[in-house]
Amino acid sequence: MGVQSCPKEYMPHRTKGAFMLETTLCGIKLRNPLILASGIRGNSAGLLIRAGKEGAGAATSKSCSLLPHEGHANPTMVDIDGTYINAIGLSNPGVDDEIYEIREAVAKAGIPIIASFYAGKVSDFAAVAARISEAKPAMLEVDISCPSRKDALFSSYAKDASEVCLAVRDATSIPFSAKLSPDVPNIGEIARACVASGASCITAINTIGGMYIDAHARHAVLANSFGGISGAAIKPVALKSVYLVRKAIGPEVPIIGTGGVFTGIDAIEMLMAGATCVGVGTAIATRKESAPFKAIAQEMESFMKKEGYRKLADLKLQE
Amino acid sequence: MPIHQIATVTKAEKENGIVTTLTFDTPLSHAQPGQFVMLWLPGFDEKPYGVAGVSPLRISVGARGPFSKKLCGMEKGDRVWLRGPYGKGFELKGKKILLVGGGYGFGPLRFLAEVARKRKVSATAICGARSKGLLMLPAACKTIFTTDDGSAGTKGNVLVAMKELLAKERFDVVYTCGPERMMSAVAYEAKAHKAGCQLLLERYMKCGIGICGHCCIGDKLVCIDGPMFGLEILENPEFCKVWRTKTGKRVPI
Ligand SMILES: Cc1cc2nc3c(=O)[nH]c(=O)nc-3n(C[C@H](O)[C@H](O)[C@H](O)COP(=O)(O)OP(=O)(O)OC[C@H]3O[C@@H](n4cnc5c(N)ncnc54)[C@H](O)[C@@H]3O)c2cc1C
Ligand SMILES: Cc1cc2nc3c(=O)[nH]c(=O)nc-3n(C[C@H](O)[C@H](O)[C@H](O)COP(=O)(O)O)c2cc1C
Ligand code: FES
Repeated sequence: MGVQSCPKEYMPHRTKGAFMLETTLCGIKLRNPLILASGIRGNSAGLLIRAGKEGAGAATSKSCSLLPHEGHANPTMVDIDGTYINAIGLSNPGVDDEIYEIREAVAKAGIPIIASFYAGKVSDFAAVAARISEAKPAMLEVDISCPSRKDALFSSYAKDASEVCLAVRDATSIPFSAKLSPDVPNIGEIARACVASGASCITAINTIGGMYIDAHARHAVLANSFGGISGAAIKPVALKSVYLVRKAIGPEVPIIGTGGVFTGIDAIEMLMAGATCVGVGTAIATRKESAPFKAIAQEMESFMKKEGYRKLADLKLQE
Repeated sequence: MPIHQIATVTKAEKENGIVTTLTFDTPLSHAQPGQFVMLWLPGFDEKPYGVAGVSPLRISVGARGPFSKKLCGMEKGDRVWLRGPYGKGFELKGKKILLVGGGYGFGPLRFLAEVARKRKVSATAICGARSKGLLMLPAACKTIFTTDDGSAGTKGNVLVAMKELLAKERFDVVYTCGPERMMSAVAYEAKAHKAGCQLLLERYMKCGIGICGHCCIGDKLVCIDGPMFGLEILENPEFCKVWRTKTGKRVPI
């Protein structure tokens, strides 16, 4: 990666940092493209407000459902040498309680709040979308990478994904992103079906299915036996998925590229793969700074200044 | 490398009608008083427990629900799987300190008393319970016992003994672990006497490593910003007010 990778005309204009990371997502202005990913420190208003203080451009809440869910028994999450695996089991207090958290976050966080939700059947997706919209989040994210029926996710099949998106589209006027699982052979096709059915954005990726076993215990480590891998290990899969989704949905529809982003350079790579914004999850806990998003944003800026980029839109792979 | 390490029980000591202190065959030398470990019983559950000693590892467990009762029923030779130590522990400060607790919360305080003794910091402990049969064993320093019913030690709760003591002596820092309302009262008392205060908090934990967000209290996470908090926690809007259940639902304390 040399200096020649960026358009020459920008070289003399090295803008001051503050604004170079500004961007727009579904018509919403963000101070930077870094978005707290769903399920990571986002299950209370206090934590969503904290993400704002830590420098996030926007924050996604923990996915909520129509009724409360306890999730799985512990262990629900472990870190083995930087490879994280979790099966929290989508625990949440249910939309009627969640609405309170979202309202407070919307009022106080100072950054756009993206309310995430999921359901077990199509009609429930519509019901939660309608209810959570009452809290007036800037955007919604529909987690369709959750189980639809035994052994499949809604995002496993274009038809199921599309049914959910159509139902959500009819239930709310707030723009929504469809969050996809990478555990499919055709993520591009699924993204296209979501967009055709009303999704204004695609979030890719959710965690990748995996499992740990403790030989001494003769037990799977996660109480749910298997779960989802997150963190640095999944970055290559995330990059590939975002790249394929971008190819499939064309240049206009925004993508929140998520998975394994730890540094500013990781975030830049995600943008180069085709993302509009960058979801950051696991890294928030592993980076030791008190304001991890600010630190990542600073790394992005110093890369851009050093390499002569002036705005995010210029971060593209070479033809 | 497996994430959990195995520890085998070498001693299970019934301290009173509720609390059992388990001693294990392994040290956890790098753990500080106030830090916690996640104890896993494969096929059952995994929960946080405060470290009550490190060479070898000790844990004091109060029998409450199914998991803690299972731990309290453990015998020599039984195994647990654990990960940690996690969280921010007590910071030993000053020359003269006071430890105030009761129940299983006295376990981590006793560990702190051991560390204080090694570092030549003068410590006094106040250990309270409802009645004699629920008192914990003394710490490695002067220990004042209190019981609500007066069946042993000073009659009244720990605050009665603390007020008496603070009227005569000055302490640099007060360390406390126990029910949140008790800790709150202890912290206000310490503050009134211009002493520092460190409290050990609990909230429902899932990951224990600052990712899931489940253990939040206001904008803080008990598993990484705590479990030790200073006097600033008194300003936290959820302190002594909000607990979150396994679903994350707010319930009043
Ligand atoms: C940082 C920390 C340190 C702790 N240290 C000790 C200790 O040294 N000794 C001790 O006996 N107990 C300790 N606990 C409490 C312990 O983790 C268990 O909550 C307790 O043993 C009850 O579990 P149970 O399954 O037996 O009871 P349950 O009937 O399941 O629960 C009883 C109560 O414990 C709470 N609880 C249950 N599961 C959890 C969990 N995963 N995380 C937090 N709270 C939970 C419930 O909300 C309920 O209020 C600590 C908790 C935390 C957060
Ligand atoms: C503990 C945990 C809980 C998660 N919960 C959710 C969730 O509720 N909804 C969702 O859409 N994604 C959830 N995710 C997935 C993340 O939002 C993200 O897509 C994934 O972790 C990859 O990003 P990362 O490598 O930056 O963590 C969760 C991830 C983790 C680690
Ligand atoms: S227990 Fe998961 S963040 Fe504290």
